[in-house]
Amino acid sequence: MNLYHPHARRQRARSVYLIIGLLMGILTVAFFRLQVLRSDTWELRAESNRIRQLPIPAPRGTIYDRNGQIIADNVPGYAITLLPGPPDSIRATLKQMSQYMEISDARIEDLLAFLRRYGQQPLVVDADASFRVVSALQERRTEFPTVHIEMRPHRRYFGGEAAAHLLGYVGEITSEELASSDFAQNRYEQGMVVGKTGIEKQYESILQGRRGLKYVEVDARGRIIGDFAALRVDPGEGGESLHLNIDMELQEWIHHIFPKSLSGAVIALDPADGGVLALYSNPGYDPNDFVSGISTQVWNDLNNDERKPLFNRAVMGLYPPASTWKLATAGIGLDLGVITPDEEMPVPCTGSYAFGNRSYRCWNPDGHGFNNLAEAIGNSCDVYFYQLGLRVGLDALLRRSTDIGFSRKCGIDLPQESQGIFPAEREFWERQFGYAPREGEVLPLSIGQGPNSQTPLKIAQFYLALARDGSAPSPFLARDLELEDAWALDLAPEHIMSLHEGLRNVTSPGGTAHFGTSLEYWEVRGKSGTAEHGLSQAGLAEPHAWFAGMAGPFGGAPGIVVVVIVEYGESGSGTAAPIMAKTADHYLRRQHGIPVDSVQTYLDHVRIGPVPTWYRERYPTGVGGIR
Amino acid sequence: MRRRLKKWILDPTLVFAVLGVTFFGMAMIYSAGVVYIPNEVTQGAWIRQGMWFLLAIIVFMVVVRIPVRWIEWIAVPSYAFSILLLASTLVVGTGAGTAAGVKSWIRIGSFGFQPSEIAKVATILLLARFLSQRKEPLSSVQDLLFPALLVGFPLALVVLQPDLGTAMAFGGILFAMLYWAGTPVILLLLIASPFLGLILSYDTIIWSGYILVLVGFLYLSRYRLLLFESVTVVLANLAAGTVSRPLWNRLAPYQQNRILVFLDPEVDPRGAGYQLIQSKVAVGSGGFTGQGFTLGPQKRYDFLPEQHTDFIFSVVGEELGFVGTALGILAFSFILVRLVSMATRTPDPFAGLVLLGIFGAWLTHVFVNIGMTVGVVPITGIPLPFVSYGGTFLLMCWVSLAIAVRVAHER
Repeated sequence: MNLYHPHARRQRARSVYLIIGLLMGILTVAFFRLQVLRSDTWELRAESNRIRQLPIPAPRGTIYDRNGQIIADNVPGYAITLLPGPPDSIRATLKQMSQYMEISDARIEDLLAFLRRYGQQPLVVDADASFRVVSALQERRTEFPTVHIEMRPHRRYFGGEAAAHLLGYVGEITSEELASSDFAQNRYEQGMVVGKTGIEKQYESILQGRRGLKYVEVDARGRIIGDFAALRVDPGEGGESLHLNIDMELQEWIHHIFPKSLSGAVIALDPADGGVLALYSNPGYDPNDFVSGISTQVWNDLNNDERKPLFNRAVMGLYPPASTWKLATAGIGLDLGVITPDEEMPVPCTGSYAFGNRSYRCWNPDGHGFNNLAEAIGNSCDVYFYQLGLRVGLDALLRRSTDIGFSRKCGIDLPQESQGIFPAEREFWERQFGYAPREGEVLPLSIGQGPNSQTPLKIAQFYLALARDGSAPSPFLARDLELEDAWALDLAPEHIMSLHEGLRNVTSPGGTAHFGTSLEYWEVRGKSGTAEHGLSQAGLAEPHAWFAGMAGPFGGAPGIVVVVIVEYGESGSGTAAPIMAKTADHYLRRQHGIPVDSVQTYLDHVRIGPVPTWYRERYPTGVGGIR
Repeated sequence: MRRRLKKWILDPTLVFAVLGVTFFGMAMIYSAGVVYIPNEVTQGAWIRQGMWFLLAIIVFMVVVRIPVRWIEWIAVPSYAFSILLLASTLVVGTGAGTAAGVKSWIRIGSFGFQPSEIAKVATILLLARFLSQRKEPLSSVQDLLFPALLVGFPLALVVLQPDLGTAMAFGGILFAMLYWAGTPVILLLLIASPFLGLILSYDTIIWSGYILVLVGFLYLSRYRLLLFESVTVVLANLAAGTVSRPLWNRLAPYQQNRILVFLDPEVDPRGAGYQLIQSKVAVGSGGFTGQGFTLGPQKRYDFLPEQHTDFIFSVVGEELGFVGTALGILAFSFILVRLVSMATRTPDPFAGLVLLGIFGAWLTHVFVNIGMTVGVVPITGIPLPFVSYGGTFLLMCWVSLAIAVRVAHER
């Protein structure tokens, strides 16, 4: 048998042809399926392969003050980003870019650290590049195929430091924020700029807007080849604008007059509707620093600063209310009917008051003698209020103060607000200090000391109620909000009148705050407070200085309520009261069309020259030559 | 004219068909270089390929004139030489391009070549020489031992590189030549069965069933194999099933992934599945008539992997559509059929066996390369003859062609 007989060869060849036909047939069918039967799906896939959506950031809503002045808006900015890649080539590209822009070695290391952490995300080399740098890089586009220049609206805060705590600031959303319920709506994505604190955070959903989309064609390495013209660009929608009750001029004035070396806060409210005219905290920071990503250096400085510039003292700070609280004790006493306005306390003030086996001091060791309510407020006589407190009684004082709302938040439209601390019942002492309270606890409480801490905002709301009919809405920053009265003191009109009488005594000749609060056009009614705290009791620091009050035309309704606290300010009437008066004066002058002046109070006048005419005319007999 | 042409190139039909495919390949390599962001690798590759083509033509003209006796004679030394080269790749071999981990290249200065290409031709020649001297068909496992060793030796060295694609080509050579030498199909299937056992062993139950069927078949087989053969085949299957797990674990992760994504490319769309998905996207979006020569977006935007070498046929699919791919498959079918018909016509056993060896190698290359672009076979780094970019590969393909037409037309 011949293995390679022609017949055998032909037979074998036939099987081989069959195999060729079979295999090539399989291939042809596979290509037919893919290219003819299913080509639509794959065409779509090919497009989505190379078409990328590029978000167009929506400009945030503009923030206006009550006079229509812009407080925060946007300016066009350019961000320079770098597509992720191997660390070595990123480093090389950054080095190469540093010929045209400033990139420190530290910055390069920061970016590489970011790359290691979030490998897929573009690196923001400069979130706010100058036009010079942008054009330098644009000219060399071929040298930097992975560099992407993106138009980004850029937040601008006009007030700078003046309104920092109030407005807050914006920054890129963090992964924690993305996961949190605050940003739960699916409109948020990595890389978006969101409000971090203050108004920016509170009204994030209004201000944010809807970001647009454009479509670009990219290659496999994500390098942008060009726009994809077939799909329409969605320009997005800018955020809604927001109108605030804030009077920006007033806010800036407060920033101007507040002593920079001291820490503290000022709140100004409109008695008509509880609108917040100014909300200031010192020391501050410039929110513009945060806009394009705050540098590590500045951030660390702000966080390590002992004075805590990021802390919003106006709504977060808790201080013993001190003598500003006496009005609360007085109001409760009047309402309970345990005193009448004209009644004098049986024990005259001799500089101290004996209760139990202890002696309780009055701030004035010389004593105030016999006082009625208005005189006691004017003199801030502790001995009067010790006795009033005892008449009200510990339980009633705890219950009524709590009912009024001193241990509740005001509900201001800011993301953070501290809750006041005031014992609701006797158990508080057992929980906090481990002993049952004696009746004597009412003595310090009735003069605003003891376990009582309030935010400046809460005290402002209290004085707002006093300036009105005893009720006060929540102080609010945003305008045109219908607010229910959140706070009611339940005081008869004549009782309010007598409290005002007391507040007027404070600023009248002979009152504790007369010289610092005497103004040419306006009558100030208010109460100073000098808050003892742990450090001051140990003699290590000055007490905090309060002044809470209202001002308006003589004999008319108050036009503004202002509360000032100055940490370690030593004296309420000496340090805080002039700030309050100058704040009120600035606002009221503009309200009434009177030119503003920086020399405002009696003190201001006599510091630079003679006693002003208006003061002489008002008090022709003089006030004993005191200045 | 035709007579003169026949005198010069012996088989104008086949040579012109291959020439056409080679020009087509160079055009596609040119197109592969047309991308939005040019790179040094694909840019100008077609010119380098053209240079190699000129060299290949010269070598072809020379080889076509070598007497068949010489070719027969050179089989042994060239086999020994290529085994030596293959072994040395394991020590001094380097990778190339994306297959940097594969030690299949030998570099001398700027010149590099793959010894496995030479080994394929040498193995074909030596196996043809051995088989052509037999007067009886190989009818037992013992008969198959020597041919299997002959191919198995270079095959094992190639697997160690590791270059699975070329190893498959050796398999194709062995089976095609054994079949042409009259080996019973049933015997071929039995040698192939351990590979089937290897694959099926991923599931113990399926594998056990398979072994039972195999044993039953051997017992009932009307070919009535000898006891020795039956036992050997069963043992080989058992061994394959046993070593499969350690063998799998020995595979490099990229090789494991290639097999896994063959089953489902979407398991790893960014990693191992990426090449297959992008290739299918390119081919599929080509549609019936294609995006137009050099105009394929997938290729232009650089989504296609290895677009001038292993995935050149994806470019064909994207730019020339089904018309292009069908014609391409048809052209290769023609070349393959022509090789077999030449073997049918030549009375010389050696010539027929050499033709079938070359056929086996090319069929494997064509089927695996084209098949992997659409997911019919797993992705293995195996080039498309005469089309894929690669100097030594093109040259050795033309040398094979020269040997094919030489032996077929020996008078």
